[in-house]
Amino acid sequence: MLARLIHRRKAALVGAVILAVIGLTALFAPALAPYDPIQVKPAEALSPPTLAHPFGTDQYGRDILSRAIVGARLSLLTGLGAVAVALAAGVVVGLSCGVIGGWTDLLVMRFIDIMMAFPGILMALVVVAVLGQGTVNVMLAVGVSLIPTFVRLVRGDVLSVRENVYVEAARALGCWPSRVALQHVLPNVVAPIIVLATVAIAWAVIIGASLSFLGLGPRPPIPEWGVDLSNGRNYLLRAWWISSVPGFCIMLTVVAVNLVGDALRDELDPRLRSLANL
Amino acid sequence: MPVIVGVSVVVFSIIHLLPGDPVLAILSGANATPEQERELRAQLRLDDPLAVQYVRFLARAAAGDFGRSIFTRRPVMEEIADQLPSTLELAGTAILIAVVVGVVLGVLAAVRHNTWIDRAAMLVALGGVSMPSFWLGLLLIFVFSLQLGWLPATGQGGVSRLILPAATIGLNYSAVIARLVRSSLLEVLGNNYISTARAKGLSEWGVTLKHALGNALIPVTTIIGVQLGNLLAGTIIVETVFSRRGMGRLAVTAVLDKDYPLIQGVVLVSALGYVLTNLLVDLSYSALDPRIRHRDAAEA
Repeated sequence: MLARLIHRRKAALVGAVILAVIGLTALFAPALAPYDPIQVKPAEALSPPTLAHPFGTDQYGRDILSRAIVGARLSLLTGLGAVAVALAAGVVVGLSCGVIGGWTDLLVMRFIDIMMAFPGILMALVVVAVLGQGTVNVMLAVGVSLIPTFVRLVRGDVLSVRENVYVEAARALGCWPSRVALQHVLPNVVAPIIVLATVAIAWAVIIGASLSFLGLGPRPPIPEWGVDLSNGRNYLLRAWWISSVPGFCIMLTVVAVNLVGDALRDELDPRLRSLANL
Repeated sequence: MPVIVGVSVVVFSIIHLLPGDPVLAILSGANATPEQERELRAQLRLDDPLAVQYVRFLARAAAGDFGRSIFTRRPVMEEIADQLPSTLELAGTAILIAVVVGVVLGVLAAVRHNTWIDRAAMLVALGGVSMPSFWLGLLLIFVFSLQLGWLPATGQGGVSRLILPAATIGLNYSAVIARLVRSSLLEVLGNNYISTARAKGLSEWGVTLKHALGNALIPVTTIIGVQLGNLLAGTIIVETVFSRRGMGRLAVTAVLDKDYPLIQGVVLVSALGYVLTNLLVDLSYSALDPRIRHRDAAEA
């Protein structure tokens, strides 16, 4: 069955392989990076791609390849961390609202409506404004901006699952509401949550890098794709590689996540098609 | 309306309850004495209880007065009024590009389903969805301004300076639209009335454009509406990349400066715009889809 799945989902396989490579690179970055990504070497500044520096150097003589490899850590961490925040909040709040219902549900959902009135990155920007700049704050900000989407999805699915006879049976048997929620409802809403979480990673990586690009995330000289891309902005003509390498890395990661996400969606829950447009 | 009031409460409270002091931010350059600090605080009326500050804020906001920017000392409304046209111009052009490119790509892909055209179009769309706008923007600058010298890279004014930033946002969203048009059109093309149209001898393009496309665009409208808000947000990045004036850059500056009144004004106006667009989209359904119109009439 796995073989057939792989055959049918060649694109997803490509995506998964790319993701695995990027993930492993990030994990073993210190061992893989040929140079110190922060060390300044004025003599080697703005070197085009050569054998010694396959992707060239930036205006401070730092090796672009090393910066891209080490930068993967923060960029991926921001994306994954943000989705973890949104996922945790979304499942807890969405599940509680769906199971408890009534006034609690009404109030929380009104609040979620209000959060929905901030288009994604604006929400993240407001949160950064409140928390201050920095890597962790960007992660939290992106996470918070994703929460409404998760809450809505989880709650909606819980509401429909809740109507099933087996849930009624569990309740009739005298199960605690928390047990009903965790044992009987949650397992049946997991598939769409997985799909949304995957698609959301792509989104979170882009928004995280965007905020870094705007100067709200990690501070230079910390290597991070958004920071590095912004760093090369004024050298486009003289040294296109400074911005191009991190830009390409972001795009490759997001393409790979989207390929996997698309396949997961089609396999697990075709009804979620519009989520690609998150 | 309740949403907007809610937004105002949220914006007001989160910005005031959490750390980050504008008084210290303003005075950080000068070696300020505690007296100067107190004086400025009193002058900006940041000493009053939060509830008082909020009611004052809301009463004024309802009259279109969001106070003055802490830094430029100009009324926030004036700052916004200065920047809004530039952003609307950018967003409007971007939507146009997004819809035209997106619908054309989507229709091509659906009509030539499972051919190389379909695959190429979807590959372009996947790239577009996955491309961060700041990277796409820089690429466009690199190619069209620096290499070819066709269009100016940055700045304000004229169609020539509008094309690249609008294309950056537009191409990003056209990818989303293309994917959606394709899947929606494929679904519609499976309907019986399409077989009927084919059976009476219409050409494939005639069937697609006359009978299928209208219905296929209904779900697309929803997404375009949802995306409009994101599109406004997209201007935040693109205006920075292209050094354009606009709401997006104003928002970034305000956040970097911790300019509370300006943040509140920008966020409220943006949220208002977002809610209004969604309302317009809801209304446009009935124009597009007679079924909704008739159902509403029947219920009324």
